[in-house]
Amino acid sequence: MYAALWRILPGPVWIRLLLLLVLLAGLLLILSTWVFPWVDSIVNNQEATVGTP
Amino acid sequence: MSDRDDQPAAEETRRGRRRHRPRGRISVAGVLGELLISAGVLGELLISAGVLVLLFLGWQLWWNDAVMAGSQSSAAAEISRNWIEQDRLARGHTALPTPEPTGFGDPVVAGAPRSTDAFAVLYVPRFGADYHRSIAEGVGLDVLNSPQLGIGHYPGTQMPGEVGNFAVAAHRSANGGGMHLIHELQLGDPIYVQTSDGFYTYRFRDLEYVSPATVEVLDPVPHRPDATAVDRIVTLTSCNPFYSTAERIIAYGVFESWQPTSAGAPAALATIIAAQAQG
Repeated sequence: MYAALWRILPGPVWIRLLLLLVLLAGLLLILSTWVFPWVDSIVNNQEATVGTP
Repeated sequence: MSDRDDQPAAEETRRGRRRHRPRGRISVAGVLGELLISAGVLGELLISAGVLVLLFLGWQLWWNDAVMAGSQSSAAAEISRNWIEQDRLARGHTALPTPEPTGFGDPVVAGAPRSTDAFAVLYVPRFGADYHRSIAEGVGLDVLNSPQLGIGHYPGTQMPGEVGNFAVAAHRSANGGGMHLIHELQLGDPIYVQTSDGFYTYRFRDLEYVSPATVEVLDPVPHRPDATAVDRIVTLTSCNPFYSTAERIIAYGVFESWQPTSAGAPAALATIIAAQAQG
């Protein structure tokens, strides 16, 4: 899977590394902006009140 | 993954030796090879899933927690600043009298606020010298998980300064973790509640650990549903232990004094109030 990704990326090694970093940064941005808040809203188990166990 | 016979010629010569096999024939080596590739991809997917879960936990417990704590703190500062400014305008910009923590009679008790209204600001120096959070009506996730609120007042319990029990809840960890350090409270620690009317000073008395269903801690006299309240107390609830919902940690405080906004903040809050004024 990641080997295939590495093959798809163009250019010499340093370009590929740079592209990978950019892809990774984009992924993290998407995760923390949309995905994680959504997951948090459905798996929220941080109950802090009494009476609603 | 999908390197089949229809690949470009260059690719074919590079990897053909390893993967190429005639159509219609099944060789043991070929099947093993396919299995190995599938296992490799499956392994990579599983590792990726594990990394994603760890990333989520890091985001939830540190990154988002810190972001929420910051925004909740800023929101509380703005509310406090507005109340003090309004009071100053109402009195025509006269200088503040010297803070005098006693002698203002019985505390002013506000009426029940509307749901999710931020009607108070909590200060607990033991939680940090710059700790201040808004208290809003209601203990739903729309209050506890809000980037602006964070601390919820149990509807039906008393208001600040009222005889009985002013009970609030906040997260122990994640979502700003308003009660992160609740276990560090020590006998006599001040717990300040500011409203548009003034500052209410409570003193921490004791901690209690209860099951999540123990609503008796919210009674006007905790655990004594039939008793008539004579004391004014504050009750903080959060979850216990950290990162768990197995128990609830309860902190009780007893009312000590009250002072209107016009008398200024308690001396211990002078620094943080001054910082709020600067924005």
